Amino acid sequence: MALFDLVVPNSALFPGGTKSASLPVRRWLRLPDGLLIGLVLPVALALFWEAAVRFGLAQGRLLPPPSRILDTFIGLAQAGTLWQHALATIARVVVGFALGTVAGTLLGAAAGYSGLLRRIVDPSLQGLRSIPSIAWVPLFILWLGIFEASKVALIAVGVFFPVYLGVLGGILSADRKIVEVGRIFRLSGFALVRRILLPSILPSYVIALRSGLGLGWMFVVAAEFMGASEGLGYLLVDGQQLGKPDQIVAAILAFALLGKGADAILVALTRPLLRWQDAYAGGR
Amino acid sequence: MLSIRNVGKIYPNGEHALLDVSLEIGQGEILAIVGGSGSGKSTLLRIIAGLDHPTGGSVRVDGDVITAPHPAIGLIFQEPRLLPWLTVEQNVGFGLSGLPRAEAAQRVDQVLDRVGLAGRGGNWPRELSGGMAQRVAIARALVARPRVLLLDEPFSALDAMTRASLQDHLVELWSYDRPTMVLVTHDIEEAVVLADRVVVLSPKPGRIGAVLDVALSRPRDRDAPDFESVKRRLRQALDHSLHARIGAEESAPALAI
Repeated sequence: MALFDLVVPNSALFPGGTKSASLPVRRWLRLPDGLLIGLVLPVALALFWEAAVRFGLAQGRLLPPPSRILDTFIGLAQAGTLWQHALATIARVVVGFALGTVAGTLLGAAAGYSGLLRRIVDPSLQGLRSIPSIAWVPLFILWLGIFEASKVALIAVGVFFPVYLGVLGGILSADRKIVEVGRIFRLSGFALVRRILLPSILPSYVIALRSGLGLGWMFVVAAEFMGASEGLGYLLVDGQQLGKPDQIVAAILAFALLGKGADAILVALTRPLLRWQDAYAGGR
Repeated sequence: MLSIRNVGKIYPNGEHALLDVSLEIGQGEILAIVGGSGSGKSTLLRIIAGLDHPTGGSVRVDGDVITAPHPAIGLIFQEPRLLPWLTVEQNVGFGLSGLPRAEAAQRVDQVLDRVGLAGRGGNWPRELSGGMAQRVAIARALVARPRVLLLDEPFSALDAMTRASLQDHLVELWSYDRPTMVLVTHDIEEAVVLADRVVVLSPKPGRIGAVLDVALSRPRDRDAPDFESVKRRLRQALDHSLHARIGAEESAPALAI
């Protein structure tokens, strides 16, 4: 059942558009319906692989059958190891995401509001953005040490750029007519940003946060590859070194569940902010 | 109270939008500015609002020179321009953030009631018709109790029925606090229904072509003969202003026929 709670079909991609579902009952009925179609392909592939290994058509040594992966997954969960590693990873992502989001929002809003600041800051940031973030790893280790600080910094860098770009781009394309309403009420500076510019870009801001969060999960793996004693990334490295492919796939599975779950939580948290939207909510 | 002196506006491309426009507008007066496209009527209104700057001359309200949007001046745009992420009452109360919460709420309720939208305060802008949205925009401008209310073709996007009823409604709203109103329009009937005085702007460059007093009592009957005669005089003045351009190059083709 936990799996069902995490996966939010249809509306997950386009928040705010639930107008067509007037009756709550119908939404609940639709939920498993959308899930079923989405589950057909992975379940079929899993069953196929399971059968192939069972009937001796494949060895399953490098890619263990689903039953063994599930065993390992449950075993790790019951021993508490999975939670310990998952918690370490979640903590890094949460802190890195928070730092990256705050920095990206502040700088994006400031550069969007002030043309002078944008001309000063934006070219440098765009230059930095074109550096593959993994390339920072050696430098961050030198600067911040091998422990948490360097990992969190790497994640924050990964989250920063999509958020910065989303906020800056949103503000630069904000509706001039709406901004004029703010000017008529004599808003400027921080008040204009807070009361007009940021609310008007909320929909694209949420998208930026979601891609930032996705990158956060990506970079936590890179961070944990560079030397960690716990975390799901550590489980991956450990599984590789000790030749335990089932542990690797179990950790990957945990990443998938966490990533999807975190995204669903973000969408659920931001949905109240987007109730006002008058948008095409996608084909239902 | 509103004093426009020798206002000129030259766009960066060298085009003259306004040339030496001077007007004195009294307390509580309703002034309509009509003119064809390119007559600079919207530019003049934006200058009074403080959204645009004149390249010559000045605008004063009760002695204050306008250089930026002024607290005594409200503006209603051609479109409602409601903030879609705020409810109707939050939109109306947008400019009242300096007031205590209770007083702001009370003022919002009162003005929503006056524009006939009591009970709609919790709606989202997307749930309103065009006419209702424009009434919310009017409420948002009125709630701050401006001494000068500027209107930039406020009803031009509405259908004829809604437009006529909102024009009558606007006069009723004006009668509460009697702000000075400056209305830009291209609709002759609208100007005659609403205004005490009509200024006709001639295009290219925008300048005052004629000034007409509308000496009709309120409420005004759109079908009355004297209403029709004022409309006719205004239409003639407008036609005249369109043809009397500086230099006579526009009239040359007509002579050639």
